[in-house]
Amino acid sequence: MDFITLGVQLLNAVQYGAVLFLVASGLTLVFGILGVINLAHGAFYMLGAYLAYWITLMTGSFVVALLGGVLVAFVVGILLETVFVRLLYGRDHLAQVLLSFGLILVIDEIRQVLFGKDVHAVAPPAWLSGSIQLTDNLSYPVYRLAICVFCLMAALAIFFVIARTKIGMIVRAGSENREMARVLGIKFDRVNRYVFAAGIALAALGGILIAPISTVFPGMGDGMLILSFVVVVLGGIGSVGGAAVGALLIGLTDTFGKVFFPSVSSILIYVLMAVVLLWRPSGILGRQDA
Amino acid sequence: MSMPNLRVRLFGIACLAIAIALPFYVSTYYTQFFAKALIMGMLAMSLNLVVGHGGLVSLCHAAFFGLAGYVLALLSPRYDAASLLTTLPVAILCSGTAALLIGALVLRTRGVYFIMVTLAFGEMLFFFFHDTKFAGGSDGISINIRPEIAVAGRQLLDLDKTMTFYFVVLGFLVGVIALLTMVVRSPFGRALAAARDNERRARSLGFPIFRLRLTAFTLSGALAGLAGYLAAAQFGFVAPQMLGWHQSATILVMVLIGGLRSVTGPLVGALVLIGMEEVLKAHLDNWKLVEGLIIIGIVILLPNGVRQIWSMVFGASPQRAAEIKPAAAEARHA
Amino acid sequence: MHDVALRAAGLQKRFGGLLAVSNVSIDIRAGEIHAVIGPNGAGKSTLINLLAGELLPTSGEVLLNGADITSLSPDRRARAGLGRAYQKTTLFAQFSVYENVRLAAQARSTTPLRMFGGTRCDRPYLQLVTDAIDRVGLSARSQIIADKLSHGEQRQLEIAMVLATNPRVILLDEPLAGMGPSEARGIIGLIASLKADRAVLVVEHDMDAVFELADRLTVMQDGRVIATGLPQDVRVDPGVRAAYLGADGGIA
Repeated sequence: MDFITLGVQLLNAVQYGAVLFLVASGLTLVFGILGVINLAHGAFYMLGAYLAYWITLMTGSFVVALLGGVLVAFVVGILLETVFVRLLYGRDHLAQVLLSFGLILVIDEIRQVLFGKDVHAVAPPAWLSGSIQLTDNLSYPVYRLAICVFCLMAALAIFFVIARTKIGMIVRAGSENREMARVLGIKFDRVNRYVFAAGIALAALGGILIAPISTVFPGMGDGMLILSFVVVVLGGIGSVGGAAVGALLIGLTDTFGKVFFPSVSSILIYVLMAVVLLWRPSGILGRQDA
Repeated sequence: MSMPNLRVRLFGIACLAIAIALPFYVSTYYTQFFAKALIMGMLAMSLNLVVGHGGLVSLCHAAFFGLAGYVLALLSPRYDAASLLTTLPVAILCSGTAALLIGALVLRTRGVYFIMVTLAFGEMLFFFFHDTKFAGGSDGISINIRPEIAVAGRQLLDLDKTMTFYFVVLGFLVGVIALLTMVVRSPFGRALAAARDNERRARSLGFPIFRLRLTAFTLSGALAGLAGYLAAAQFGFVAPQMLGWHQSATILVMVLIGGLRSVTGPLVGALVLIGMEEVLKAHLDNWKLVEGLIIIGIVILLPNGVRQIWSMVFGASPQRAAEIKPAAAEARHA
Repeated sequence: MHDVALRAAGLQKRFGGLLAVSNVSIDIRAGEIHAVIGPNGAGKSTLINLLAGELLPTSGEVLLNGADITSLSPDRRARAGLGRAYQKTTLFAQFSVYENVRLAAQARSTTPLRMFGGTRCDRPYLQLVTDAIDRVGLSARSQIIADKLSHGEQRQLEIAMVLATNPRVILLDEPLAGMGPSEARGIIGLIASLKADRAVLVVEHDMDAVFELADRLTVMQDGRVIATGLPQDVRVDPGVRAAYLGADGGIA
């Protein structure tokens, strides 16, 4: 393997890891701040991809789909928090798991009714649809590069929010210091609602971005949910930095696993997870106090 | 923990009598339906050892269920019946071993990590059977002829007969109930429950928590293997979906419906959920939408399962109330 | 007669930049009550957690009857004969008083994890259970769910559970915390009776109780031991008076 091929694979790994990071950071934020484990996270990723397909079909613009899809997801997130999720604060994990499982069934049927169960493809916007010629017979799609850049900017935005804003302060304080934050006058009802909606929107954003380079199909949310979980377990729960590390590790493992060990590539990330569990049961950047 | 009183015993005997009489009064379709429901009940009861008594929300239980099914499918000769006496122990052993290995890893984690890690390892087995060709890949494989018990060439039990199969399932079910009841009441079961109630205290008293939970996890996986073997024998077919996490979550719903604190509650939960699915499927196209909403409703309104309806309507006996209250209290923290 | 039952040598515990326990050595002898006192944040609770095995020391060692237990887990230490009661009441809140104590005894029985037969088969340890409940005076309350007990009764139950494990060494973390004077009297008497054939370490804020109970005293400040010895010697130790007792305006 020459350097250019290696570089291409590395870019693929980073791009894959970047999308994973967006989705997983939504999951880890919702858990870190709300203390709620949301199995329906993957369903919103799937919903985002279908929204991208549908809005692009209706308006002809992927950019509109991007903005519209995220907005729809955010609004749905606010509604869900208000109606269902708020009932889960302080309930045990079993209740959270099963309520979000119920949500998955509901979302899947709604998708079925609205969009059917066909597999779709989405075209990237025209100005990002070209390729960069690397060598005579090797090129790299501009859209994939654009994803990398976009995710990097999104990641910077997330880190900025966490480092500089009031919401970020709560994230940094961790859920066990909520009493302290309450004393400081933070209104949790509103924060909870926006964080949950933002988490959902991040999942949908991941689905929208991935739609043009992957196919849009009903089962795509499940695979992403598992991957996000592995990312969170690798990185440490509630830690956005951990999610970044975990996502990059998975991107690298999966991409290079497919190149070097194609026969066992689907098992590799689980092997990685098993190793991390033996080494640091609370994740690479997690607090090792359990 | 007092011995079951006379009323509970009589109720149990009455249920068993109805279960024995049932296939003589209903059609073959419903005999098969109840056999399936009892198998799922067995599966849910096996999971409850970990969830209800151990306090660990596991999302990989279907993996042990499906694994045993695959073992039967792979061991079944194409044109002949497999021997139940050899294949069943192998299937249970495989599921138990898988549970032991996965348990040794996942039990290093707590709480929400445990949920995510069990889910991930369960999906690992799912993808293993989905992506590799030797067991039919995503299409699954069929078991052409159901297993039998034969001695010296003479067939003693033929699972191809609906009635025979039903009674074999019922027999195993009674055995599983007896085994789980014994385990839950034994010092082991009490220690397991104590570790659920207060892990730190249980450890400081000297209970080896990891070994305790790993034993429960392994036993629970092995019993799931028994259920998986019977399910595969009934359907004559196994596919990766049998191991998938949607299946695991569905079993958890059964456990929640039936109530976490009893041995047979999950069996009731399985009957309720499968009965509900049967009715919904018959009348609705988008039945999963309704099922999802019902599950959400149950989680919100009935954190202690259907028994809560019973106690709301008839009033709880003092002992029952004592059992129900703690479960609700536990649901609040954790 | 006064053999060292539990010995800590050069114990050190670092949390990030903070040295919570610094070079602490302490000997707990059989037949004695050894009290550890010191202002808040002196490292007393960390010390007890290091001795019980809930925290592992950064350096130093812990010996139980001469055997090195520094790296043993809390459950292994418990089986080796170390019992503890917590500062915050830590019970099986949804179990009855009897079941709490029975579980404690079960943990130290010969077959703690037997999977068949009920819990009433092991006659010898069941006797231990009733004895422990009698001794703390909870016989009349043995069927009550632990959650429903008064605070004082819960502390009594804590001690009954420790007794039922029949330990050689007992660690008590603020056994009188949050108790009224009359309730405290009962517990003080109970603690005094524990030392007959055991070694007892008690961390306590109530100075009257400490000087009433302790055969030996260790004073900690900022993670270090600043004095150790007989109560009458520690009482007059100028370092202790200056650093700790002086701030409180002296002691009784």
